[in-house]
Amino acid sequence: MSRMAEVFAAARAEERAVLIGYMPAGYPTLAGSIALIETMVENGVDIVEVGLPYSDPLMDGPVIQLAVSKALAEGTKITDVMTTVEATAATGAPALVMSYWNPIERHGPEQFAADLEAAGGTGIITPDLTPEEAGPWMAATDHHVLDRIFLVAPSSTPERIQLVCRASSGFVYAASTMGVTGTRTSVSVKAHDLVERTRGATPLPICVGLGVSNGAQAAEVAEYADGVIVGSAFVSAFEKQDNAADGVHAVGALAADLAAGVRARARPTERLEMS
Amino acid sequence: MTEQVFAHRPDPQPDATGHFGKFGGRFVPEALMAALDELDGAFRDAWSDPEFIAEYNRLQRTYTGRPSPLTDATRLAEAAGGARILLKREDLNHTGSHKINNVIGQALLTKRMGKTRVIAETGAGQHGVATATAAALLGLECVIYMGEVDTARQALNVARMELLGATVIPVTAGSRTLKDAINEAMRDWVTQLDTTHYLLGTVAGPAPFPEMVREFHAVIGDEARAQTLELTGKLPDAVAACVGGGSNAIGIFQAFLEDPDVALYGYEAGGEGVHTPRHAATLTGGSVGVLHGTRSYLLQDEDGQTIESHSISAGLDYPGVGPEHAFLRDTGRATYESVTDTEAMDAFALLCRTEGIIPAIESAHAIAGAVRLGNQLGPNATILVNLSGRGDKDVATAADWFGLTIESSSE
Ligand SMILES: Cc1ncc(COP(=O)(O)O)c(C=O)c1O
Repeated sequence: MSRMAEVFAAARAEERAVLIGYMPAGYPTLAGSIALIETMVENGVDIVEVGLPYSDPLMDGPVIQLAVSKALAEGTKITDVMTTVEATAATGAPALVMSYWNPIERHGPEQFAADLEAAGGTGIITPDLTPEEAGPWMAATDHHVLDRIFLVAPSSTPERIQLVCRASSGFVYAASTMGVTGTRTSVSVKAHDLVERTRGATPLPICVGLGVSNGAQAAEVAEYADGVIVGSAFVSAFEKQDNAADGVHAVGALAADLAAGVRARARPTERLEMS
Repeated sequence: MTEQVFAHRPDPQPDATGHFGKFGGRFVPEALMAALDELDGAFRDAWSDPEFIAEYNRLQRTYTGRPSPLTDATRLAEAAGGARILLKREDLNHTGSHKINNVIGQALLTKRMGKTRVIAETGAGQHGVATATAAALLGLECVIYMGEVDTARQALNVARMELLGATVIPVTAGSRTLKDAINEAMRDWVTQLDTTHYLLGTVAGPAPFPEMVREFHAVIGDEARAQTLELTGKLPDAVAACVGGGSNAIGIFQAFLEDPDVALYGYEAGGEGVHTPRHAATLTGGSVGVLHGTRSYLLQDEDGQTIESHSISAGLDYPGVGPEHAFLRDTGRATYESVTDTEAMDAFALLCRTEGIIPAIESAHAIAGAVRLGNQLGPNATILVNLSGRGDKDVATAADWFGLTIESSSE
């Protein structure tokens, strides 16, 4: 069983959802991003998504755009992303990379997969790659035994959901809304429906991302999904503070709140109190 | 001649999955896939519907002012080694450039799909102005994304768009130019697919955009081919066009792809020189990668990060290029060269003084290329040049370049 599969199995045994946290490598600095990830894991993040900063992040909203442009201004390279993955793996949490396709294509899909495997990474999320264009990527990730996570969206037809699920391994990423990353006051009702539609197509865990920003929302999503993915909220928690120490503290506090949220579904009474 | 849109185009590209050889395709978030499928279906359905084609042709005739004339540029020819130079006058179209051809097609398609809002990116502002124009004509809501750097250097076009009722949103992300405006338009689109069509302005982006935009511009080549035959009794020896994203070039190339004796030349923005870091010459100075949903040539570093382009011409200042050009480059069917800022501005001045035509700086790149080509091919050659736009929008930039002062009349 892969490290990630173990994490999902353990969470299932505890009747809770898995908490997946995103942080771009090199934000606010290389060492700073590693410190943030360590804090996230210490406070209950189960799986870490290490963002590969990219110049044209068209699926990201303003919060993550700003963070990755800061990381790029810091001079963050693919090698730094691999360093961050290594540090993440050292915490014991499975480390995924989230990357737009072009940096992988440019690095060479085979080389990228080899480097990630060597760094101790377990898989990759590719938000702008669909199975239709993934030929060389399927081969490279099979060869290096990495999970490749594709996305389903509220607009996906049943045929496309089948296609995405067949191509995916590890888990399937359900984008909760028709939009970009960013915190929202409520998680779209479309998310639940999408998860239900995806269930029929795959035995893989299904994790919901886009828009989750606090424990209450995480608890709501944990009702129907196997995992809750949080990105922008972590970045804003850090960004809002005036200094790095307070930022790290805020990120840790948010992780703890979210970690309580993904456990809340096992305790119906608490759920009642919350609503 | 605008009646027979498909007439002589056996071109098999792209294939059924939107690829031109290894180029093109769709590299987009899953959320956009359904919209692209819908668009693809709607386009194919419309473009084989005689009623839609008749309406497109009617607007092109009565509103754009097509067919655009062909001008025999005899005084310019003297500076071009005596080769005969024929100018396809897309600058005389309503709104001042070729961009309107595509916009009319896509705006009609928007209505046909039952959508009420169009969004677009713009660099020079020409595509934004054309989109705002068609939106006004057809009663569509219109939002234009424009990099903040471009809103400053093309202020006149910002005012034109606003006069036409469009909302112009300056984009402050990234390099604050055309590429960032495209990112922002994509982000807008994905949240409002039910009401909104993304009216992409060039032959780039995910399938079906490169093919669809090409088809709406094919009228340029169809007309120019017939006009050249009528005027000279033969096909031209070469066809020249500037290449930003590549729409005006594909539009005129298309009619000649199956004519092996007609050489096709695309001129990219060489900025301060392709050997410097400040240029926008993707096909001659870039490498293969994926940007804005398509695989093509682009300017990127060793990690696949997009490198900011540079050109005096906002409309050519784009680090990517349409996938069909990448295909034509690699198959050798078309030749791509770069033209520096200085060469383009020399050609700009030359066309002003010899023909009484102030070209768009984008189009001045094609003129510079044609002059270069004329000197190589000699006096027996005929070169057809796509004069893609007029230069009114560039008067301030040109005045600055040539050291003229413009007095403000409002004070
Ligand atoms: C007059 C003119 N020509 C050419 C271009 C470049 O675009 P394309 O390469 O798609 O024709 C532009 C773009 O704004 C333009 O305004």
